[in-house]
Amino acid sequence: MPSYVDPSKCDGCKGGDKTACMYICPNDLMVLNVEEMRAYNQEPDACWECYSCVKICPQGAIMVRGYDDFVPMGGQVHPMRSSDSIMWTVKFRNGNVKRFKFPIRTTAEGAANEYAGEKGANLDDECLLLESDLPSPTKLA
Amino acid sequence: MALPNKPRGEIAAVVDPEVVEHSCDVLIVGGGMAACGTAFEIKKWADDSLKIILCDKAAMERSGAVAQGLSAINTYIGENAIEDYVKMVRNDLMGVVREDLIYDLGRHVDESVKLFEEWGLPVWKKDADGNTLDGAKPAPTLREGGAPVRTGKWQIMINGESYKCIVAEPAKKALGEENCMERTFIVKMLLDKNLDNTIAGAVGFSTRENKVHVFTCKAALVACGGAVNIFRPRSTGEGKGRAWYPVWNAGSTYTMCAQVGATLTMMENRFTPARFKDGYGPVGAWFLLFKAKVQNGLGEFYAGSDAAKEELQKFMPYGASAVTPTCLRNHLMVNEFKEGRGPIYMATDVALNAFLEEKRAAGMNEKDIKKYWKHLESEAWEDFLDMSVGQAGLWAGANIEPEKTGSEIMPTEPYMLGSHSGCCGIWTSGPDEDWVPTVDGTRAHQYKWGYNRMTTVDGLFTAGDGVGASGHKFSSGSHAEGRIVAKQLVKYCRDKSHTPEIAQSAQELADEIYAPVKLYHEHVGATTHADVNPNYVKPSGLMMRLMKATDEYGGGVATYYMTSGKLLGICMDLLELMREDSEKMAAGDLHELLRCWENYHRIWCVEAHIRHIQFREESRYPGFYYRSDFPKVDDENWKCFVNSTYDPKAGEWKCEKVDCVNIIETDPWL
Ligand SMILES: Cc1cc2nc3c(=O)[nH]c(=O)nc-3n(C[C@H](O)[C@H](O)[C@H](O)COP(=O)(O)OP(=O)(O)OC[C@H]3O[C@@H](n4cnc5c(N)ncnc54)[C@H](O)[C@@H]3O)c2cc1C
Ligand code: SF4
Ligand code: SF4
Repeated sequence: MPSYVDPSKCDGCKGGDKTACMYICPNDLMVLNVEEMRAYNQEPDACWECYSCVKICPQGAIMVRGYDDFVPMGGQVHPMRSSDSIMWTVKFRNGNVKRFKFPIRTTAEGAANEYAGEKGANLDDECLLLESDLPSPTKLA
Repeated sequence: MALPNKPRGEIAAVVDPEVVEHSCDVLIVGGGMAACGTAFEIKKWADDSLKIILCDKAAMERSGAVAQGLSAINTYIGENAIEDYVKMVRNDLMGVVREDLIYDLGRHVDESVKLFEEWGLPVWKKDADGNTLDGAKPAPTLREGGAPVRTGKWQIMINGESYKCIVAEPAKKALGEENCMERTFIVKMLLDKNLDNTIAGAVGFSTRENKVHVFTCKAALVACGGAVNIFRPRSTGEGKGRAWYPVWNAGSTYTMCAQVGATLTMMENRFTPARFKDGYGPVGAWFLLFKAKVQNGLGEFYAGSDAAKEELQKFMPYGASAVTPTCLRNHLMVNEFKEGRGPIYMATDVALNAFLEEKRAAGMNEKDIKKYWKHLESEAWEDFLDMSVGQAGLWAGANIEPEKTGSEIMPTEPYMLGSHSGCCGIWTSGPDEDWVPTVDGTRAHQYKWGYNRMTTVDGLFTAGDGVGASGHKFSSGSHAEGRIVAKQLVKYCRDKSHTPEIAQSAQELADEIYAPVKLYHEHVGATTHADVNPNYVKPSGLMMRLMKATDEYGGGVATYYMTSGKLLGICMDLLELMREDSEKMAAGDLHELLRCWENYHRIWCVEAHIRHIQFREESRYPGFYYRSDFPKVDDENWKCFVNSTYDPKAGEWKCEKVDCVNIIETDPWL
């Protein structure tokens, strides 16, 4: 299900040197055409439809349409992602619509504790940070 | 009109890129689950004088196999015995595994899961009445003794859409943004000029600007995931992007380590998961959470039939397990297809309605049933929306409502990986502990040589999909393994006082990396077409050539995973020509240059795969692949590892049998 960009919504991330969709695509597919100031998916048949670009686009300009070699036309799955939840709208070919909302994160963005400055105890044993008394196997062969 | 012939991509590649040299103590290659574990942990052991750099070909927030999210954490030991985890993995992978590595992973993995939850990952819980609470509801944390929702014995459910973002955040913070080089693709690891069999650096390039990066380092971790697009996919049009395994992992881990002489292990093992047809949506929750069963074209629930039980009897002790090994489950399914009893359906309708019937039978009123159904439906869709949105898209396009109709499932094309239900990878040292067997011989035969998870090359480590013969780590175990490596990297740097030195000059390396660009510019004028040129091949074309060869001769979907010594020989001949032609790949832009080097990695890792299948004269993993000339599991002769080592000086491969030592009791087997 390759992603595609709606040219009426994409503003090329305001001509910044790093567009959001280019920044995020794990497969290096989204690119900006500088003359048109519009992004596009340069290799639709290498798109995993991971939706990373769809979720991150500040203009909501990226959509997905089903792979033409096996998905009948007319369906659509589209997310709205906030800082703590995601709302999915699933539109069926026959017009039915379902909506689902799921939590995605219980802490504020940027708040994950990296344990800065904290140090492990003994470099020569096998314990990692916060670990002690590692077990050894029982029920030996 | 496509004329004049010009580069396709937006960022044109120039013939003379800028060359940037970096010197560091530790280089982390990859930014996935394992590398994030390393990035988080390493500063807990390193002092500030240690210079650490991480390179990811993508953006860590959404890179690797977890980019899209996941709906379950598949390895959480919790109340179980680690010894039982070892037994489960051993049986699922048909007996040939490194029990030391698996046990070691089992004793660290829960700590990673507890960290994920603390960082903000919503973990489903059971309340006092046994009801399911989603991960945002207030409940005691895992660390506080909260009860996760188990689907199987080892899996727990999460609301995992942002899993990778949540794990990458503390990793980046711990290491420092300035030390994370995203959009940097590493092409080759480099050996030391003065010391034998010792890592000294790496070379790669930016996919955003015309720059080649050359690194010297004392120690390195290579954790670039597994390999996809190595066998022809079932969908060859637009849908070829919808592989089960994320299309961006190209076998870099195996190739880059093998090329500097790291011993590989069990590269014959591959993974061909049975998944929902075309959309490749996950089936785990359907089997485990919703208790769905598979039906053949005759409407029979064949997996529980007497015939299936009899078939499994041929694969003892493995077939006796309550949870049939993954490959044998595939084997039963492949048999149905071959006998013409397809298609195979996941009976989603039967499963979901059974839940409703159960509630009705227990006296639940219709209003509450409706509410209950809403919840059930939402759980079913979330499983796809969290980790395989494309499957939801296929259902939407085809008007599929899982409560009304079942959906086809089918085994996919083969992938190579070492952290899921597969175990190909690199041979590494286990922990330096008494219970890890001491074995004579070269490192390729030993189980420990001082630094946990170090490959047979000094200073070169791997984790996650990279570590062979110890599958079933999954996302959590890969992270934990990355953390194990972090500590070892620091220990190695403390112990070694040499100054790493690379044999080649930075310019020589840059010329090698940009050779496809030079070739392009030399010959682009010979034709009016962007891809058709007698002097070079484009990476997209060579990738199709690779996938055709493996599919037809290496036991792909074309032959229901069947191959033979004769067919493998042909495959090897084709690969040799491909390896030669890989030097004729051309790139007009940076995206294409990326594809060139990915392909190069694919070709090498497939060659190792085929070599191993050739060497192992039995069919160890029925359902994943078969050799028609050695169709049985032959425990008497082949209950051993196959290890292979490429000698970078001589340019030769060596395959050998290596003893498989059991650490955990074998009686009872399970
Ligand atoms: C479809 C699918 C579903 C899964 N479902 C589950 C599940 O439900 N539960 C669960 O616990 N686990 C699941 N897993 C397993 C889990 O995702 C993996 O075990 C885990 O991600 C492996 O970690 P890794 O670090 O080895 O590789 P990855 O996480 O894949 O990371 C690889 C990294 O290497 C980078 N890279 C690749 N090549 C290069 C290069 N040459 N230079 C620089 N960087 C490079 C990539 O950008 C990426 O950052 C699933 C896996 C898949 C594929
Ligand atoms: S992120 Fe959206 S607005 Fe920005 S360049 Fe991409 S498509 Fe356009
Ligand atoms: S859906 Fe994923 S793979 Fe496809 S273009 Fe967007 S980010 Fe890239």
